[in-house]
Amino acid sequence: MAIAEQQTSPQAAQGSSDGSWHGIVLQTLKRNEISLVPYVPDRVLTPLIKNLHADPFFTTFATAREEEAVGIVSGAWMGGRRGAVLMQTSGFATLANVLASLAVPYQIPLIMFVSERGTLGEFNYGQSLVCRTMRPVLDSLALEHHTITRLDELEFIADRSIKQAVTTQAPVALILNPLLTGGKTFDK
Amino acid sequence: MTTRNTKVMNRFDVTSRLIAKLKHEEAVIGGIGNTNFDLWAAGHRPQNFYMLGSMGLAFPIALGVALAQPDRRVFALEGDGSLLMQLGALSTIATLKPKNLIMVVMDNGIYQITGAQPTPAASVADIVAIAIGSGLANSAWAADEEDFERLVEAAMSAAEPHLIAVRIDDKPGVGTTRRDPVQIRERFMHGLGVREPL
Ligand SMILES: Cc1ncc(C[n+]2csc(CCOP(=O)(O)OP(=O)(O)O)c2C)c(N)n1
Ligand SMILES: [Mg+2]
Repeated sequence: MAIAEQQTSPQAAQGSSDGSWHGIVLQTLKRNEISLVPYVPDRVLTPLIKNLHADPFFTTFATAREEEAVGIVSGAWMGGRRGAVLMQTSGFATLANVLASLAVPYQIPLIMFVSERGTLGEFNYGQSLVCRTMRPVLDSLALEHHTITRLDELEFIADRSIKQAVTTQAPVALILNPLLTGGKTFDK
Repeated sequence: MTTRNTKVMNRFDVTSRLIAKLKHEEAVIGGIGNTNFDLWAAGHRPQNFYMLGSMGLAFPIALGVALAQPDRRVFALEGDGSLLMQLGALSTIATLKPKNLIMVVMDNGIYQITGAQPTPAASVADIVAIAIGSGLANSAWAADEEDFERLVEAAMSAAEPHLIAVRIDDKPGVGTTRRDPVQIRERFMHGLGVREPL
């Protein structure tokens, strides 16, 4: 299991301006002036997190819990600074309360990037069950969400969704599917 | 416990004393329930934000405001039970060291609003010791009202985050915040200069 936890796809280990998924996400954040990026780590998100830390445009840091990160970017939005939260599927599963009691009723354009675990080769039963709770929770609050599977659609979906979140003052979840990121596999 | 020689104060009184000290449009985040009720009762200000849920997130929301507006002092009022739900936020704040964030913990040792069930802060857990252990070196119990005011003044001219813990009585909040989340957010954004009034 420890070895499996280390496995990432080869395409996840590239730089930020080379057309990789994480390079596109970083550039799209920047272009939309999203400079505050708290996260709870996920193996697949590692190259994105690393490059965010390396870029002085971004204030990026780990929080102890995902809802804490949602509170931080919500406060920042009200103070005039844009943010986005990075998490994995199990992190999203901790958010129903803060979505329903803060982001949605206060009309805060909360931008979430969710690395999708639990599907397309998941090896951990718990992760696959947690994953099944994600879209029903999003749908129960009528929240905008997109599952991104293709590199050629990533920039369009991410850029348009961020702009829509801001202009309609509504949260959005961008789910980064293993077809896009390579996901995490059990190769042993 | 050495901290228990602090005076038992009152949330509304302490909140009113804090508000009276604010002369520079400082932001104030009121946590779930009583902390925002007493913030409301102390007199609405455009720079006040009132939480209607999201228990434990007063400090994270205040941290976000502090990171967005580093030249504005940002206060957050949180109950002991709420803080115990989100202790990780203390170490996040200690890591980021925002120079403009001041945290106030109203410690009555109970979940007052849900029926006054005891919290661990009543017996075993020391909020200030937890904060210091989380990396917030500038954390202190207020001995009495005058000490509270002194600690607030010191924090307002400091260059590091401060946490002030206050032992309070078991009284409920004295006001009831108008529960209109969009209005609360919009007025707060006006108060912070982010939006123009309509
Ligand atoms: C996640 C969550 N769990 C439980 C509740 C119910 N609840 C609302 S306020 C509260 C107690 C808050 O205690 P504290 O922060 O100490 O404030 P006090 O009531 O003592 O002023 C609880 C348990 C809630 N709103 N959200
Ligand atoms: Mg309490």
